[in-house]
Amino acid sequence: MDETVAEYIRRTVLKIPRDEIKTMLQKWGFLSETQLQTINFHQMKDNISQDVVQCCEENSASIKQAAVLDIIYNHSYPNKRMWSVYQMNKTEEETDFFDLTDFRKKFKRHLRSALKNVTINFREYENNAIWIRIAWGTPYTKPNQYKTSYVVYHSQTPHAFISPSVLKSNLPLLCQALVVASNYQDIHEMELRSHSLNSLEDMVFKRYSQNFETYCPRPLQESTVAQESAAGLRIVQENINEKERIQRVNRDTFGDGPQPKLEFAEYKLETMFTSDPKLEVLDKKEPFRCMVKFHSPHLLESLKSLAPAGMADAPLSPLLTCIPHKARNYFKIREKKGFFPGSFVSP
Amino acid sequence: HIATSLPLPSERDHLRPRIDMIVFMIDIKSKYSLKNVEDSLAHVDARFFLGKVCFLVTGVGRVNCCSVDMNAVWKLGENYCSPVLFCELELEGTRVATAQRLLRMLQICAGHVPGVSALYFSTLM
Repeated sequence: MDETVAEYIRRTVLKIPRDEIKTMLQKWGFLSETQLQTINFHQMKDNISQDVVQCCEENSASIKQAAVLDIIYNHSYPNKRMWSVYQMNKTEEETDFFDLTDFRKKFKRHLRSALKNVTINFREYENNAIWIRIAWGTPYTKPNQYKTSYVVYHSQTPHAFISPSVLKSNLPLLCQALVVASNYQDIHEMELRSHSLNSLEDMVFKRYSQNFETYCPRPLQESTVAQESAAGLRIVQENINEKERIQRVNRDTFGDGPQPKLEFAEYKLETMFTSDPKLEVLDKKEPFRCMVKFHSPHLLESLKSLAPAGMADAPLSPLLTCIPHKARNYFKIREKKGFFPGSFVSP
Repeated sequence: HIATSLPLPSERDHLRPRIDMIVFMIDIKSKYSLKNVEDSLAHVDARFFLGKVCFLVTGVGRVNCCSVDMNAVWKLGENYCSPVLFCELELEGTRVATAQRLLRMLQICAGHVPGVSALYFSTLM
């Protein structure tokens, strides 16, 4: 077995948390049950990985199998990578029947015709999601297995989620191959990026709980009961009407269920600076460029809790609340004439 | 009665008993809470400032998160002739002790302690 393959398998195993190693190896299916029995999964991870490599030697693992293990790892822990969302479109309305073998062949052919040194692997998962792993090389060097790009293509939709490698120059080629293989005409990047792949999918496929207009004028009784139970009935909330209004507006805006997980929202302002003309600041009639970025471990949940915590007025600015509906977290705000001109140019 | 700011909503005026003491709570982590208190003070009748108002600064256990200017708080106490108390709500010990203190002050403000008037609170400053 190749030394590089052995080292790659060893490092991949080291990334996996110790309690999960056995299950992941079983999912991989490359080592037999008897071989797995011989490995002690309670020793130090260093030793576990050595044992695994030993077993792989016995089975003569190639880079192909090692790549599959990497896919399984990334499928279980997708949040370690940053994902961008891409949408493809075509003009004809006829929907071709999706053929996986045809897709794989075309994808490989397109990539290999431009760049011979690539490792490409596919794995199908539920919900028609196809995971593609690509390790990039150059015309003169073998593919670098540590600098991989991942694509999750949902074959029944025009959407693909791409986690590019650090070698950004390969991204256009990757996009092209995807378009050609899936019989679309072009591809563009949506202004949506996050570490949480599941949340991106939820937002794009509208799977999160959305708010619906409620025509019930009286607030639901449950909210008042919850407040009264706290610390006895002798505490009187003077602003209870306002608190209930905030809860109602918040529920209308965000819905009741958990929000998709985003880490940031970025707003690029290209608006004119308005100030007292006597100050003579920026007498050039140019837009004032400024960027506002919101960071959070869970941005939408923290926005949802702003008004109840008393830190913001309810309802929140539509610039913030439109994020899940518009499925974007990059915005360009220009002068007047409505808010977001919906630019699809990546910043 | 707990309120987020003053003035109190007028629709509940008929439900409210006599007010004996007002405690303004300032969260040391929030500049907004200080501003809110300053704005609300303008709505308080001058007679309350004869010992029936007190400032309670909370969150003092987390000094590294302090974003309120302490000089401003002291000045507030001086300008309105009212004592400033400190407390950390997350620690049960100080929480209980502060509650007992406030309760004692309330008893005096309500006139339940013979021989002691709320005017004596100026000595706490």
